[in-house]
Amino acid sequence: MEYTILILLLPFVSFLFLGLAGMKLRPVVAGAIGTAVLAVVAVLSYTTAWEYFSAGRDAAGLYPTLMPWNTVWLPISGDLHIDLGILLDPISVMMLVVISTVSLMVHIYSFGYMKGERGFQRYYAFLSLFTMSMMGLVVATNIFQMYLFWELVGVSSYLLIGFYYTKPEAIAASKKAFIVTRFADLGFLIGILVHGYYAGTFTFTPAATTLAAGVMIPLALGLMFIGGAGKSAMFPLHIWLPDAMEGPTPVSALIHAATMVVAGVYLVARMFPLFIGYAPEVLHWTAYIGAFTALYAAVVACVQSDIKRVLAFSTISQIGFMIVALGVCTSNDPHTGGLGYMASMFHLFTHAMFKALLFLGAGAIIHAVHSNEMSTMGGLRKYMPLTHITFLVACLAIAGIWPFSGFFSKDEILTACFSFSPVMGWVMTAIAGLTAFYMFRLYYGIFWGRENRELHAEHTPHEAPFTMTLPLLILAAVTCVAGFIPFGQFVSADGLPYTIHIDGSVATLSLCVAVVAIALATWMYAREKQPVADRLAERFSGLHRAAYHRFYIDEVYQFITHRVIFACISTPIAWFDRHVVDGFLNLLATATNGASCLIRQMQSGSVQRYCIWFLGGALGLTILILFIC
Amino acid sequence: MIKMEYYLVVSTILMFVGIYGFVTRRNLLAMLISVELILNSVDINFVVFNRFLFPEQLEGFFFTLFAIGVSAAETAVAIAIIINIYRNIRNIEVKNLREMKW
Repeated sequence: MEYTILILLLPFVSFLFLGLAGMKLRPVVAGAIGTAVLAVVAVLSYTTAWEYFSAGRDAAGLYPTLMPWNTVWLPISGDLHIDLGILLDPISVMMLVVISTVSLMVHIYSFGYMKGERGFQRYYAFLSLFTMSMMGLVVATNIFQMYLFWELVGVSSYLLIGFYYTKPEAIAASKKAFIVTRFADLGFLIGILVHGYYAGTFTFTPAATTLAAGVMIPLALGLMFIGGAGKSAMFPLHIWLPDAMEGPTPVSALIHAATMVVAGVYLVARMFPLFIGYAPEVLHWTAYIGAFTALYAAVVACVQSDIKRVLAFSTISQIGFMIVALGVCTSNDPHTGGLGYMASMFHLFTHAMFKALLFLGAGAIIHAVHSNEMSTMGGLRKYMPLTHITFLVACLAIAGIWPFSGFFSKDEILTACFSFSPVMGWVMTAIAGLTAFYMFRLYYGIFWGRENRELHAEHTPHEAPFTMTLPLLILAAVTCVAGFIPFGQFVSADGLPYTIHIDGSVATLSLCVAVVAIALATWMYAREKQPVADRLAERFSGLHRAAYHRFYIDEVYQFITHRVIFACISTPIAWFDRHVVDGFLNLLATATNGASCLIRQMQSGSVQRYCIWFLGGALGLTILILFIC
Repeated sequence: MIKMEYYLVVSTILMFVGIYGFVTRRNLLAMLISVELILNSVDINFVVFNRFLFPEQLEGFFFTLFAIGVSAAETAVAIAIIINIYRNIRNIEVKNLREMKW
């Protein structure tokens, strides 16, 4: 399966070509090249998946871990070396399929969405760069290669968030995203180095030396999780993701919903054997962080008015679900406490599809009304039937309604949570209910509810062009059927086949909660007048305002960075640097300068004066020798 | 018989006349002549020491001959430089030579 290297190389070549020669091409040609390359990559990914899974299991009943390419890139010492290569195992193959599918959809969709934008070629170049980096991340053979590509996705995310570089908010958002994730990646890097130093290896599987490393392994894994939490927008490092919505909407769909933000989940899944074997407490802590994040983001999402912000918070919440599912694992065996691993990966898969669909749908809506605000929408179902139907499908999927894909994966997550502890199960069920509620608030706010008639009369919303609706239809179709994929046959914690069976009581409970939440949202938001919602907002105005401002987490960051770190630490350090360090060096320079000015006087250029000095010196020396020695 | 000290007195006088001239003259040619005076005083010393202290050897005489030859060549070079200076700045006053001061 040596051709897998092309999955990385082709987008990279396309990036270089479009980046260097893009401005010479017509935008359509550049876009067509990028999309064609991506189509080839997608075909290659599907072929890889097909070949990999159809090759069958080995004697132990596992899918083999293949490394079609692996070269030592940087030998450090003895056994410790950094490799570059391609690793194929069930989850990386699954991720290849997810990334190439969503990326291809986004490439096609962008033809319509980005039409006529300045920098169309640059946009496609960055998309190629991102696809290459993300593919490299998932097929990494060791933690360090993963880290390299991890930073590359960070860079491409930064470039794409700041795509509209003339807009101050976009620049601020891209900087924020980059700095926050970089800050978290520092933890990741330290974790990698600690792990590499004590366990003596960068590979994902536990080595013989891992056990000897003792307490350092949980520490290293905890630090790595900080990096994952930054990328996956876990509380309190989530602040960059809502702002990242300043980028073009297809970018939000690709990077900030479907692929890059789940890199943290993927990281934990990758390190799962280490987590479960050496640091189960750390794993459970990630579950608590994930659960809190899911709850926080769901509450905030209930009151946001910018549709992309709602989707951003719902993404944070859903990633929280995946982290929780991984965190509640207590063993490797999916039958006894290891179900969460499979559930998490399954949810990652389904979520990527329906969340990309939601974002692309939101993009179509924004394309039609030229605004992100819900107040400019309402009643759009008449104008955009295709978008309406596909959006509804995605909403039903995320709410967890049978037979859409979200139901199956969420059900597995909830089952795993209930088997961990009933409290966790109930909390997650409640958050699932909240999810259904805010998604349908969004849905009704866009397609039903109060219509902004003046605005729509002035500029009638229209259905998106075919290049935009086609990806919506494809993703909607995938969302409808993805739940029936026997996912456990491919991916499970111990690698053995696992047959997914729906737990009746959990499924009934979650369905009931979802239906009740949807009914509530319908009652509150579907009609033209929304007295209940308005009254509730007025009654709990404090809570409403706090949630609308995301519980002031950004302000807390602002306060900590500006008032505490900048004012109390950075300013004194800057003063010390300016006045003490620089001052000392300036003093040296001034003293040297002054001394040379003094000495310069002796260099008069007059030969006769030199001669006098010379004679005087010779005489002095003579006297010295005669009378002293 | 003239004593050695008399020769040395003459050469010392010559030497300090040369130094005095080198320091006080402003004209490059005069300075050059003064340098020649210093050289001559040294030559006299060589000859005198050879003649009075080591009469059976000839190193001092030959060294003097060498010094005269070398100083003749050196003078030629110096004169050439002075002529060039004259061509450039139209005089040979040493105080006017500021081009290569620092």
